Amino acid sequence: MSTTDILDLSAAAAAAAIGGGSLSATELFEAYRDRAASDRAAGDAGLNCFTWVAADAPSEPVDAPLAGVPVAVKDLFCTEGVPSQAGSRILEGYLPPYTATAVSRLRAGGAPLLAKTNQDEFAMGSSNENSAFGPVRNPWDRERVPGGSSGGSAAAVAAGLAPWALGTDTGGSVRQPAALCGIVGLKPTYGAVSRYGMIAFASSLDQAGPLTRDVTDAALMLRHMVGRDPCDATSLAFPGEIELPTAERLDGIRLGVPQELTGEGIERGVLDAFAAAIEQAKELGAEVSDVHLPHAPHALSAYYVLAPAECSSNLARYDGVRYGMRATDAHDLLDMYMRTRHDGFGAEVKRRIMLGTYALSSGYYEAYYGRAQRVRTRISEDFRTAFEQIDFVVTPTAPSVAFRLGEKTADPLAMYLNDYCTVPMSLAGIPAISIPCGHSEGLPVGLQIAGPAFSENRLLDAARALERSIAFDARPARV
Amino acid sequence: MAALARLALGEEEVEPMARELSAVLDHVARISELDLENVPPTSHVVEVTGALRADEPTPCLPREVVLSQAPLANDEGFLVPSPQA
Repeated sequence: MSTTDILDLSAAAAAAAIGGGSLSATELFEAYRDRAASDRAAGDAGLNCFTWVAADAPSEPVDAPLAGVPVAVKDLFCTEGVPSQAGSRILEGYLPPYTATAVSRLRAGGAPLLAKTNQDEFAMGSSNENSAFGPVRNPWDRERVPGGSSGGSAAAVAAGLAPWALGTDTGGSVRQPAALCGIVGLKPTYGAVSRYGMIAFASSLDQAGPLTRDVTDAALMLRHMVGRDPCDATSLAFPGEIELPTAERLDGIRLGVPQELTGEGIERGVLDAFAAAIEQAKELGAEVSDVHLPHAPHALSAYYVLAPAECSSNLARYDGVRYGMRATDAHDLLDMYMRTRHDGFGAEVKRRIMLGTYALSSGYYEAYYGRAQRVRTRISEDFRTAFEQIDFVVTPTAPSVAFRLGEKTADPLAMYLNDYCTVPMSLAGIPAISIPCGHSEGLPVGLQIAGPAFSENRLLDAARALERSIAFDARPARV
Repeated sequence: MAALARLALGEEEVEPMARELSAVLDHVARISELDLENVPPTSHVVEVTGALRADEPTPCLPREVVLSQAPLANDEGFLVPSPQA
């Protein structure tokens, strides 16, 4: 098989080719390893997708369903003996003594580690510009962002530098970069995948999820990640198996379009591509109706209280004592803490720590954190009510196509608005997938489909039927 | 607030931080418009029962492995500057 043929295979097709004997796992690993290593070596002249690339292919043949198809993994997953910095200077030099459950499950399923991917620092960002490793570039247009925070994972898959990748989604960090890079991104039900070994941002929201070239690959990766893990008390046994999707039609499927997430603030070109996808869904037999999520417009506000609050608490552990960097020449212990955190954290992380500390401080706790948790209840109720009448909620994934590097860095609030359509599902803990549904200005647009907790199999089926019908050409020119 | 967060901020960081945080707080303050009387706060998004495990000791990472990641350590523990040097 030629290198071009190899790179054209989806992960599922590559696993099948290895199983059928027409491709060797080593050949596949090396084809991607060489491409990933070139991108890493090129630095800012490349896409800057990776923070680390494996030196060698596994020496033993892989006797497991994924057959040796390697996976690129977001930097914030702890990988034993392999640098894991969550895109932050403060974890410089950290070599975790253990591996995250999601990564070890994928490895046990037959997917070895290809590389670690660049990301926004501690997963805080929507453009991958907040990384100690520098920004990632979008393979569709080098002057534009890939989205974030799993920007390196999304760009690597879109550019054919990895067969598939693992990311994390707190408020949209898998779905939004998938949309901006023209690939598939799935945020599973909260608890479906263990968070053990994921460097925490906001524990009540963080979920690991696949970034893949198609919906079948997303299902295949998820199948090898889900399940209860004794190391994460919030993980849950998935009811049944994750099936590979087969649906070609949407007959009898009821889709709800929430006006709250499909109007003001969304770019015209994005709305046009979204409308065209809805027409496709109708042609496939879906019933489409309006649905109301009355509290969804408040989701972003609640999210930007809750996520920073949890962040300020989770990031208290970076104090220069147990791992990573320590500021030198401190004159006492407190000074050492404060200077280490000053030197080690980037601007956005500091902003969120300050915001969270404020929201949790005595006297403000009820006004901010308490109220936000009540809004969260309302948002979950909105979805529950909607799902009594419809099967899935559909929205654009992101309000715009990929924007220019530097365009939103000076205005944190404008950056936060990227998450407008994705945070409601995060707050409700429900699964949501983004699939490419068309172009605007020559750049990909994502369609988000969200369902009730643990509806992943139905969700993947619906996404697959739409994907086939839309037939999006998911590949920018190869870099 | 920065001292509470154990965060030293440089002179040049204070003004932009105050301005940006004010803009974000103005936005999030919109949740004060909602009537949330008698709405319980979310404690967990997915209903879970019986999540408690038996409280049995299990092996943890060897001390030397953990200490190997510290900026400064000896055989017994992490080394830090004195609280009142």
